[in-house]
Amino acid sequence: MTLTAHPGVAHDDGSAYADDVLAALAEVMDPELDEPITDLGFVRSVSLDAGGGVEVHLRLPTSFCSPNFAYLMASDSKDVLTALPWTRHVVVRLDDHHDSDKINAGLAADAGYRGTFGPEAEHDLEELRETFRRKAHTAAMERCLTALLRAEPDRDVESLGSVRLADLASGQHTEALLRRRAALGLPLDGSAAVFVDHAGDSPEDVPMALRRARSTRISIDGNAHFCRGLLRTRYPGSEEDQVHRADGAEPADASYDPTFVPLASLLTPPSKENSR
Amino acid sequence: MYTKDGESYFIVDAHIALWDARPENIKNVHGQQFIDCFYDYHRNLSPESEVWTKEDYLYQGGERLMKDLFEDGYVDHAVFQPANLGEFYHRGFGQTEEASALAAAHPDKLTYNHNWDPRNGEAGLEQLHADAERFDLKGVKLYTAEWHGDSRGWRLDDPWAYRYFEACRALGITNIHIHKGPTIRPLDRDAFDVADVDHVATDFTDLNFVVEHCGLPRLEDFCWIATQEPNVHAGLAVAMPFIHTRPRYFAQIIGELLYWIGEDRIQFSSDYALWTPRWLVESFVDFQIPEDLVEYAPITTAQKKKILGLNAARMYDIEVPAELRLPEADETETGPRQPEAAEMAVV
Repeated sequence: MTLTAHPGVAHDDGSAYADDVLAALAEVMDPELDEPITDLGFVRSVSLDAGGGVEVHLRLPTSFCSPNFAYLMASDSKDVLTALPWTRHVVVRLDDHHDSDKINAGLAADAGYRGTFGPEAEHDLEELRETFRRKAHTAAMERCLTALLRAEPDRDVESLGSVRLADLASGQHTEALLRRRAALGLPLDGSAAVFVDHAGDSPEDVPMALRRARSTRISIDGNAHFCRGLLRTRYPGSEEDQVHRADGAEPADASYDPTFVPLASLLTPPSKENSR
Repeated sequence: MYTKDGESYFIVDAHIALWDARPENIKNVHGQQFIDCFYDYHRNLSPESEVWTKEDYLYQGGERLMKDLFEDGYVDHAVFQPANLGEFYHRGFGQTEEASALAAAHPDKLTYNHNWDPRNGEAGLEQLHADAERFDLKGVKLYTAEWHGDSRGWRLDDPWAYRYFEACRALGITNIHIHKGPTIRPLDRDAFDVADVDHVATDFTDLNFVVEHCGLPRLEDFCWIATQEPNVHAGLAVAMPFIHTRPRYFAQIIGELLYWIGEDRIQFSSDYALWTPRWLVESFVDFQIPEDLVEYAPITTAQKKKILGLNAARMYDIEVPAELRLPEADETETGPRQPEAAEMAVV
């Protein structure tokens, strides 16, 4: 990532405005991969001027990444930067995408989703966001339940249906699950059932539901690593901006990530976990 | 055919292309972006020894294709699955004339599938009838993310698509290969949504639907639909090369597919010229599911033989030497095909 800032562009206390920008962008998620765009290396450059102007360029793994997700990440980025108290003129640009011109024009004009895409946009992207919030919850839940199965080899799969939040070991996977539950409005108290769908309902067929949840988790982990890899191939050097993802990591990841720990992430808590 | 450790494997590469992305054929920036994207896939997932130069990647021609597949790649039979991409390339991306002529010259080795687009309406239906006769079509490749004038995508359950499926049924075009997304229309929905596969598979039970890339990046949605439909199959285009840099992910994909749709409905492909078959076949024969992934049973030699060729050979009536054949597994029509694997989760 390239950072361009005028010398002395800092708050009164000396902290840099650039830190504010990156902290704000860290709240923008790739809905599909369930990770902040800053961890994925999607922020290509940040430039600041003395008058409160900010220009951020985003980059994606391919020109053909879904334009609806691309738009969401770009417009969310503009929203979080505009919300910072000191910013004046905020420009967010998506680089090298097949819809870059369309999305960048829409962002510049604050045209909104429908104003940006015209007749291709029917209503909004809320249902899309919700679909992927649910998938993120499913995957986070499966990680916790499978970890429990691995930790307690005598445990019966059926018994997972009666596991409570308080039964889960504390750690990154449990914290990640709680955040996903909060996003869906599911209860967070220790007596709440873990194995539930987005509406809080328990599955009738626990083994089958676990299998389905597992396929969701595999899909998200696989996509997250493939997208990271494609970004590194497309933009050499972008690996320096990527935060390692322990879930789904493989030995080949050690070639560009010195922090890689070659252990199945479910068996041992990873050293540098970033699940959120 | 590939032989190792006394076992012989009949190889059908069920998804190949003869494309042309040389500068003179590129119509606009999207044609360039498309081949750049393919080349990044190629560079990212291939072993170093198998990476081509960009120049080699733009166009292979029939001679090189024959060598890469049949001399070097162990392939016994391959099926063209051409993408049109007429909005990106002057003469299209998949080269209809060259590929179909090659298939006509080597009918024992090559099958030519063509494509259709429901947005071509009545004229396209007429064309489909002509193409069916000209190419003796057994199958088609459908790409729902194709751009077409103002429209940037279509759904398999669009009313016009149904007219085309009815024509396929009447013409004996039974093998429908589907490449989902990223489909821009409807933009509100997930670009890789596979729900429309469910609708057509239910309404056209006499057609086979082979979902390429086994639904990736939505493996979970694909598996859930495929397990409920006896006529939905998984194509391994793009999934195969994960065997090299991401073998655990690959193991999980194969494990999930065997569980949800079973060993008789999975088809190998190199997705040539995205990748070449030689290293993929060699790697797959050597492949085993890691022991610590206890939720999956080990993959058997018989399952590998079916995936590498016997399943596609059955669908395309390709003659397999008697000593290489295997009976179908006695799996249920719908529901998890190998539920016994689920009990492994308790181990």
